Amino acid sequence: MYRWITITLLTVALISVSIWGYHSNKQKNDLYVQAENEYQRSFHELTYNMDVLNDQIGTSLAMNSPDKLSPQFVDIWRISSNAHANTGQLPMGLLPIHKTEEFLSDLGDFTYQTAIRNLDDDPLTDEETEQLEKFYKQSGEIRDELREAQHLSLSNGSKWMDVEQALLNTDTDGKKDNDMVNSFQAVEDSFNASTEETTEESTTSTDTEEHSYKNVTGNDLTEEEALKKAEKIFGREDGTEWTITKSGDGALTPMYSVSYDENGERGYADLTVKGGHPLNLLISREIDGKQLSLNEGFEIASDYLSELGFDEMQLFQSSEYDKVGIYSFVYEDDGVRVFSDAVEVKVALDNGDITGLTANNYFKNHVKRDIPNPAISEEEARDAVNQNVTIQENHLAIIDDSQGKEILTYEFLGTRDDATYRIFINAETGAEEKIEKMTDAEINYNSVI
Amino acid sequence: MNRVHKPMIFSLTLFVFLSVFIFAKPEQTSAFSDQVIQQGAVGEDVIELQARLKHIGFYNGKIDGVFGWGTYWALRNFQYEFGMEIDGLAGQTAKDKLVQTTNYDKEKVKQEMYGTGTAPSGGNNEGGESAPVSSTNVPQGYSNNDIQLMANAVYGESRGEPYEGQVAVAAVILNRVNSPLFPDTVSGVIFEPRAFTAVADGQIWLEPNEQAREAVLDAINGWDPSGNALYYFNPDTATSGWIWSRPQIKTIGKHIFCS
Repeated sequence: MYRWITITLLTVALISVSIWGYHSNKQKNDLYVQAENEYQRSFHELTYNMDVLNDQIGTSLAMNSPDKLSPQFVDIWRISSNAHANTGQLPMGLLPIHKTEEFLSDLGDFTYQTAIRNLDDDPLTDEETEQLEKFYKQSGEIRDELREAQHLSLSNGSKWMDVEQALLNTDTDGKKDNDMVNSFQAVEDSFNASTEETTEESTTSTDTEEHSYKNVTGNDLTEEEALKKAEKIFGREDGTEWTITKSGDGALTPMYSVSYDENGERGYADLTVKGGHPLNLLISREIDGKQLSLNEGFEIASDYLSELGFDEMQLFQSSEYDKVGIYSFVYEDDGVRVFSDAVEVKVALDNGDITGLTANNYFKNHVKRDIPNPAISEEEARDAVNQNVTIQENHLAIIDDSQGKEILTYEFLGTRDDATYRIFINAETGAEEKIEKMTDAEINYNSVI
Repeated sequence: MNRVHKPMIFSLTLFVFLSVFIFAKPEQTSAFSDQVIQQGAVGEDVIELQARLKHIGFYNGKIDGVFGWGTYWALRNFQYEFGMEIDGLAGQTAKDKLVQTTNYDKEKVKQEMYGTGTAPSGGNNEGGESAPVSSTNVPQGYSNNDIQLMANAVYGESRGEPYEGQVAVAAVILNRVNSPLFPDTVSGVIFEPRAFTAVADGQIWLEPNEQAREAVLDAINGWDPSGNALYYFNPDTATSGWIWSRPQIKTIGKHIFCS
């Protein structure tokens, strides 16, 4: 009797486990296939994008009339942006395909800039045509490599899900055990071969360029001197135990990082080796009940800046986030606001302690400037602003244009209905340089529920 | 007898009424605290400021307790109309003038703000002394959900690291968004396959703590302790040899940051 009950129970158990096992295995396979299909879609779309890109660039080289060129460039720009998005969805984290991504990004920038230009008055220069030819050649090379990869993957049934494993295992001859990986490696290598003479790693500059920090002056400090400086900046001359390290080769300017941990408070700062200027400062601790207003915090922040020797700084923006006030200051050069010389200060609104400072941009960009007089009057600049915008406030300002060059502008703050805009009109040419819609407070969805 | 006392009773009643009126009025109108209210502030004073400016038609936005651009222009126009110094700061003069010229019915405003008679209690808003506001400040160009998503990634990647290490991880995400080598959006960078281990193993979906959120806000507001890094790795668990070839900027906690 008991035997039969046991047998029945075990049989039932066995059957249920099998069903459960079957289901979870099926589920796992479904997910696997789904993830693989996502990768496959990105990959096949990318190769298709490359096909089209190469064709379109080739076509544009044969075009003559601006009427046709501009829409053509818009199309190339759109496709390159698609292709860039697709490269971002491939699991290549361990094998960066940066050359390909940089190519797509450069191509996008180039075609965008030329597409929005009036090509009737301002046709392509010889250098630009040359650049376009280079894009054509490169896109052809990438297309060929990708086509080969596509063919291999279709005929061998290679899986993207295996790529990660393959990236970790390298054969003795340095080849990876995966068609896809090898093809992408070939694409990257083709860049190295074909663009060697022109490659300038603009954005990923690896060598230490001290001149990229224009405003770092003084003698090189030893660790002891840097610590003295840190004690003064943090106001901790009472035997705090400091940790100090020096930055490595990759840093844009050599710096010391100092930190301390005391009574649940953590402080950290980056000081330049040259002169010991504070680039970053952060203090993290629990903040008690709010005692100070945002405005009182502002007084503290601006006193602190003058104490550290930042002169002529003007408040440009302030915000309160959960008992902390964050203040952005810009340098004011003879009535002109210089946006690239910004400094941010953080003040805890419980006792008014400074809990943060970042002056990175200030030390990078601040120089003695020779600011020209504006070529157009404020009235003329006002006329360049959309008639539906009511101008409320205006300043002279120096901003970076899209090429990163500093330009003098009229800055107008204006409203249209409920929205506020910041509009920059070039003080030289009267062109609209930049328009920003200001972000307003956001509904706190927690309080709505 | 009765005839004599009637005027007295009358005047007494009048006095009582008047005194109630006189004594009650300042109590109702002196709700502003002493602070100078400036753009970016949040809280009770801002609610009152907005309500009063709305009452006399300078402000037509939503009363949400956050001193944003709409409130700023309303205050400046108010200062202009009443011949005060136009600085967009609600100092004593401006507040006095507002109290003189407008009424503020706290209960009614609160009711309009929250739909019900009572303000929602607490919720996520710890530290009960600050009044719950129906909106929050967000940095230019970011929504609260963007911040939340980044906080999730930062928490998953670097909880247990020193604070500046968390800010540095958030800064790396933003540096990648600005780099041509990576996708152009926060979500694109975070969800790039194999880019972050916390995304790959699901730790990104842990509930982030307040510190991770603060770190993200600091990074968005311009702090970058990573020194412009695009990569970081944990030398104990790094699986790719390639990452060691990058020029290193600095080490924070367990992470090495490189360009």
